[in-house]
Amino acid sequence: MSVTIAMSVNGRPVEATVDARTLLVEFLRNDLALTGTHVGCDTGQCGACTVLLDGKAVKSCTILAAQAAGAKVTTIEGLARDGTLHPMQAAFRDCHGLQCGFCTPGMVMSALDLVARHPAPDERTVREGLDGNLCRCTGYHNIVKAVQQGAAAMRQGG
Amino acid sequence: MYAFELHKAASVADAAARLAQTGGRPLAGGQSLVGAMKLRLAQPGTLVDLSGIAELRGIRKEGTALVIGATMRHAEIADAADVKATIPALADLAGGIGDRQVRNMGTIGGSIANSDPAACWPAAVLGLGATVVTNKGRHAADGFFKGMYETALGSDEIITAIGFPVPRKAAYVKFRNPASRFALVGVFVAQAGDGAVRVAVTGAAPAVFRCAPLEAALAKAFTADAAKAVKIDAQGLGGDLHASPEYRAHLIGVLAARAVASLH
Repeated sequence: MSVTIAMSVNGRPVEATVDARTLLVEFLRNDLALTGTHVGCDTGQCGACTVLLDGKAVKSCTILAAQAAGAKVTTIEGLARDGTLHPMQAAFRDCHGLQCGFCTPGMVMSALDLVARHPAPDERTVREGLDGNLCRCTGYHNIVKAVQQGAAAMRQGG
Repeated sequence: MYAFELHKAASVADAAARLAQTGGRPLAGGQSLVGAMKLRLAQPGTLVDLSGIAELRGIRKEGTALVIGATMRHAEIADAADVKATIPALADLAGGIGDRQVRNMGTIGGSIANSDPAACWPAAVLGLGATVVTNKGRHAADGFFKGMYETALGSDEIITAIGFPVPRKAAYVKFRNPASRFALVGVFVAQAGDGAVRVAVTGAAPAVFRCAPLEAALAKAFTADAAKAVKIDAQGLGGDLHASPEYRAHLIGVLAARAVASLH
């Protein structure tokens, strides 16, 4: 069965007819070629596929594309402006908040949900807020530092 | 994912009619159902999406009860000023479910209808003696949770809201499975306005259940020591690679004591 869905992706209106079974992450990656959103575990555990749905972090591997109809979706590709990294992306680079980088898009998107609620998060708040995102390289320490630095830069409008 | 039919329902009546016609399943946030379908642990031929139904939304006081609409998301409930002010234990419970992403999508009604043996919401429903309101009537909490993934709901019956009586005191404490974030054991303790005590346990058996020995002890003395002194029988409790029945039995007493201690 096909369904016609319309949504905004990174500020761009998108309309498509897709199979009802299409997951949001499949729609983003396969139909829109936005491959920055990664599929890690594909079972809703690892958070690599995290995107913002109306500003809130969700796991796009556990949501049907049709469930996002009418919503504003933001992926990692929607953050940089005119070739300049978003402050949260820049902070991950500065703090060495990644090694292989596979989890990073999901980490950054979750960090943005967190900072929207906690503009100046302490370490514990960051660790709890990123509970749904797994990293198998870094040991998380530099990720926590990156989120705090990114939050500070965002407060300064950087 | 296998192929299925998907209908976006415009109203509860529309959703019920679709479910009756197709034998399908309602889709709320999908945080259990979509994952289960990907693994083919569930294989409904039709999904009826409830997310566009305005009458399933909202949080309101009705007499002495706090009524939460079925498709309210965990994160919304955790953040709701009405919930924090009226039954803070529910806001705490909602804020501890899964992780942020799951809380942003998953719904209270979906969790209750699913009756996962380790889910948090069933403990609140049973612990507060809540009423599960559906398109067909009302269910008392006692008797609603029948077993593992099994409730008293009929196949075309849709939860519309949950009415929680406002207690004098209530607290929920869970021991989290660090991998799944579900409750290895979770205990909801409540003292009603008339002083009656209810204790509901999740994660320890095929379905949430009330713990009579703890209720009796806490009715006599609502103290952490009274909870600690109760010896919980491991008979009938679940054992798996995460915890033995004896370990779960021990945790029930420990968590009940912590819940009571948090209220003093």
